[in-house]
Amino acid sequence: MAYSQKVVDHYENPRNVGSFDREDQAVGTGMVGAPACGDVMKLQIRVNEEGIIEDARFKTYGCGSAIASSSLVTEWVKGKTLEQAMQIRNSQIADELALPPVKIHCSILAEDAIKAAIEDYRNKHPGHGQTASEPQGTQGSAVRAAA
Amino acid sequence: MQLPIYLDYAATSPVDPRVLDKMLPYLRERFGNPASRSHSFGWEAERAVEQARSEVAALVNADPREIVWTSGATESINLALKGAAHFYRDKGRHLVTVKTEHKATLDTMRELEREGFEVTYLDVAADGLLDVARFAESLRPDTILASVMFVNNEIGVIQDIVRLGEICRERGVLFHVDAAQATGKVVVDLGALKVDLMSFSAHKTYGPKGVGALYVRRKPRVRLEAQMHGGGHERGLRSGTLPTHQIVGMGAAFQIAQSEMATENERIRRLRDRLWRGLSRIEEVYLNGDPMQRVAHNLNVSFNFVEGESLIMAVKDIAVSSGSACTSASLEPSYVLRALGRSDELAHSSIRFSVGRFTTEEEIDFTIRLLTEKVTKLRSMSPLWEMHLEGIDLNTVQWAAH
Repeated sequence: MAYSQKVVDHYENPRNVGSFDREDQAVGTGMVGAPACGDVMKLQIRVNEEGIIEDARFKTYGCGSAIASSSLVTEWVKGKTLEQAMQIRNSQIADELALPPVKIHCSILAEDAIKAAIEDYRNKHPGHGQTASEPQGTQGSAVRAAA
Repeated sequence: MQLPIYLDYAATSPVDPRVLDKMLPYLRERFGNPASRSHSFGWEAERAVEQARSEVAALVNADPREIVWTSGATESINLALKGAAHFYRDKGRHLVTVKTEHKATLDTMRELEREGFEVTYLDVAADGLLDVARFAESLRPDTILASVMFVNNEIGVIQDIVRLGEICRERGVLFHVDAAQATGKVVVDLGALKVDLMSFSAHKTYGPKGVGALYVRRKPRVRLEAQMHGGGHERGLRSGTLPTHQIVGMGAAFQIAQSEMATENERIRRLRDRLWRGLSRIEEVYLNGDPMQRVAHNLNVSFNFVEGESLIMAVKDIAVSSGSACTSASLEPSYVLRALGRSDELAHSSIRFSVGRFTTEEEIDFTIRLLTEKVTKLRSMSPLWEMHLEGIDLNTVQWAAH
């Protein structure tokens, strides 16, 4: 599998690896994917009182493209409002990283991870902005269906 | 030490320089067609082909007349399975094989199913071995052939060909064995084994790619319907001009295997065991396949909570394979490891290391250091590892498949 230079860069020097306390009220956590499919992404956002994402962290189990996609979106969501972050599309991620067709699912997963993290944050703050649906979690982890 | 380090000998091996030296004259001055009967160019080529036939036969204790040249193990398997099924179709329509066989066998069996044959695909135990009693139970009065590989290409386990052969002979079922991964690694004695057909490859045993052989037993005689028609070469079983240089290479490679395998396998076993001692110091690593009943060359390890493709990317200084080489372009986990009942995570996290003739201790030590460092790094990025450290049993998490 030939990877683009950008994928290799994010894979070798991943940005924002780590975890926030998932119980922190300012933190939204999204966990998407499944071990059976070979990809699990955990994306966390820290949102300030103005509703702006001021920091992000990820951990990913998956191929180089999955790691690069999640590393990239931690950079992209920083400084964005929740509404702006919701606008990030998988096609933008795939274009930026020049993902081959067999790896498009990695970018879809990264988009889903952003949405899951925002939904988790909104569930912690009902009344702020849009209301979100019921959380689907097991043992405190927000595991959501991906495309 | 040169990088990258080659640890994928089960995918293919380099041609031994001694083998290449013997091949070259047959591409230059001794270029004759072994089927030419009217001049010395042909006679010389024919002599070389027959010499090689004797060398291949000698490694497996067969009669040279039982060896048919092919383009490789895939063709041998096709000829054995389709050839026997077509010839004996009036005797029965049932065939037996195993779920962990190579795709050359499984795909040929699928094709025979499309032609109206019925195939039973047997499960293996968690150690990769076939249960002999279950094999015996699967044979029916209308079973015409069973096919089992000698040595598994992914996990290196050795099936009990002695007993499986005895059962087949007793029940009047033809027995084909895919021995592509076995030559030079285990003793193959066709004088003692009750095997009717056996497939061989040259390039897994330091010979050239593009040549192989099929053993077809003479006593009791096994009949096949040819799959390739033309000039009637190889007693009509496989037409096509013989590639003399390739055949000479296979003969030379098998001759070296015969004279050196005992000492070579001891050296390789020490290197493989050294590799496993080093890797097993890492937490949460699992050996796939039976630890004892396997060839000395193979080590198949799952690094839990690390995804195989990203691990391969992290260890690009060593050449290894994730799953089997034939399926590593796809995103599916190894079907062999799934057949052992390994979890999805473990099946996705496997690496096959295969040690060979030119592997050094220095290379093994480098590999241990590299794996230890990279597995630690990838786990620090893995949400599954984090959950494991938090004491969460991943089997209790309801994952959403995508």
